[in-house]
Amino acid sequence: MTDTAWIDTALTSARPQAVGALLRYFRNLDTAEEAYQNACLRALKTWPANGPPRDPAAWLIMVGRNVAIDEVRRNRKQEALPEEQAISDLGDAEDAIAERLDGSHYRDDILRLLFICCHPDLPATQQIALALRIVSGLSVKQIARAFLVSEAAMEQRITRAKARVAEARVPFETPGAVERSERLAAVAAMIYLIFNEGYSASGDTAEIRSPLCEEAIRLARLLLRLFQSEPEIMGLTALLLLQHARTAARFDENGAVILLDDQDRSLWNKPMINEGLALIDKAMRHRRSGPYQVQAAISALHARAEKPEETDWTQIDLLYGALEVMQPSPVVTLNRAVAVSKVRGPQAALDMIEPLAARLSNYFHYFGVRGALLMQLERNDEARIAFDRAIALANTSAEAAHIRMHLDRLIRDSKPTAAKAAK
Amino acid sequence: MLYAILCYNDEDAVGSWTKEQDAAVMKKLAVVQDNLRKQGRLGPVARLLPTTAATTLRKDDPPLVLDGPFAETKEQLLGFYLVDCKNLDEALEVARDLGRANPGGAYEIRPVGTFVPGSVPA
Repeated sequence: MTDTAWIDTALTSARPQAVGALLRYFRNLDTAEEAYQNACLRALKTWPANGPPRDPAAWLIMVGRNVAIDEVRRNRKQEALPEEQAISDLGDAEDAIAERLDGSHYRDDILRLLFICCHPDLPATQQIALALRIVSGLSVKQIARAFLVSEAAMEQRITRAKARVAEARVPFETPGAVERSERLAAVAAMIYLIFNEGYSASGDTAEIRSPLCEEAIRLARLLLRLFQSEPEIMGLTALLLLQHARTAARFDENGAVILLDDQDRSLWNKPMINEGLALIDKAMRHRRSGPYQVQAAISALHARAEKPEETDWTQIDLLYGALEVMQPSPVVTLNRAVAVSKVRGPQAALDMIEPLAARLSNYFHYFGVRGALLMQLERNDEARIAFDRAIALANTSAEAAHIRMHLDRLIRDSKPTAAKAAK
Repeated sequence: MLYAILCYNDEDAVGSWTKEQDAAVMKKLAVVQDNLRKQGRLGPVARLLPTTAATTLRKDDPPLVLDGPFAETKEQLLGFYLVDCKNLDEALEVARDLGRANPGGAYEIRPVGTFVPGSVPA
């Protein structure tokens, strides 16, 4: 690292805490962000000479607050001299805020900051963009790049989201237990969205979008440090780590998808997998299961298998069964069918997904799975129809290319059959 | 004389490093380590997983399992073990056995991320 890179790192890591506390103080997002920016400017001036403060977040909060108050003072001076009383009041306020710089306040500050980004009126893409801008402090340019849109479009998206949040009036008093857990669930869902935005990238954009995955993991870890005994937050963090651990193995040099079974498992990130496994172990001890924990447990079974044939599909089938109960959805059933095909064969899996046809008639993966099952049953003509439909519905060129590979194999395999028939 | 060198830093800041920054630091550290290894002076080196992966066993009677790292300040670090365990439950079992032999205080149980065995003769 260069000599001043440590300042950037310190500012980035202090940001959620500092902006969160300034937001509590000013109750206005723009003012809080501006105060934080001003504090950062001062940090860049004084930290190189004086060294880092013992608690960078506390320093930024204090300075950000003071700069904003100075501005108020300056503006007042232009009207009339400030009253002695007002100045001593400010002194008291500083003492009060210094006392409040303890863990429990930080916790609700950061949660609130994340929570305002999850406003239900905001479409998912705006929630994510807002969180990345405000909480993570990514620049509009960085966010635009990760979302593959122009900087101007992203600027507009964020401005719109901010305006809507400003109207929303988030309560600033310390939340009660029920409200806190509701906020936590909303924030967890938003962090998962950020991750998926990066994870669902196609091969040619995976590199550009992977910072979204890394940022989501950072936010999940942050949340887990604040709420150390929440098994679902452990599950969420584990899930993200276990999925992200496979990044290096997910695409070939042409950007085409490599399926789990075909991935070079030596490319999986071991420390990341170990961290994920450790977190699931921790979560299980609480015996309060939830969708993130179950999904993480499924990921863990894949991660534990050194070879694809060592995968414990029976257990995966059971876990998807549990997930179906917690979160009934045709997509979950579709995923379960893949496990079922390994345990009970392709016909059982096909029977399972047949009833989903109406609800998943526009879902790429439905036809991909259906085609693969039909192919295993050597019902090649039907498989071809399913694959054709999948290609028509593919979201990325990599998805389409992957299905085309199956089709090519079908055509190749069916040739000898045709020859036989001709005889 | 063997010396343990225990590494402290702001976890959140280190966790905010980019892959490239992290790799650059590790590369610089590897140079120092290699030098010590060649001289036969380097014992095992471990990089621990984040404190979010930690569990603490308070050696009370009965012992109390808490999520998160050891957070008290009135006790000091007096030693450490590296034990190969299948999972957290097994690690906690080992910690409980140790705790029965020596009650009082706490054990923080933290999974190891990367481990390099040492070259120091026992």
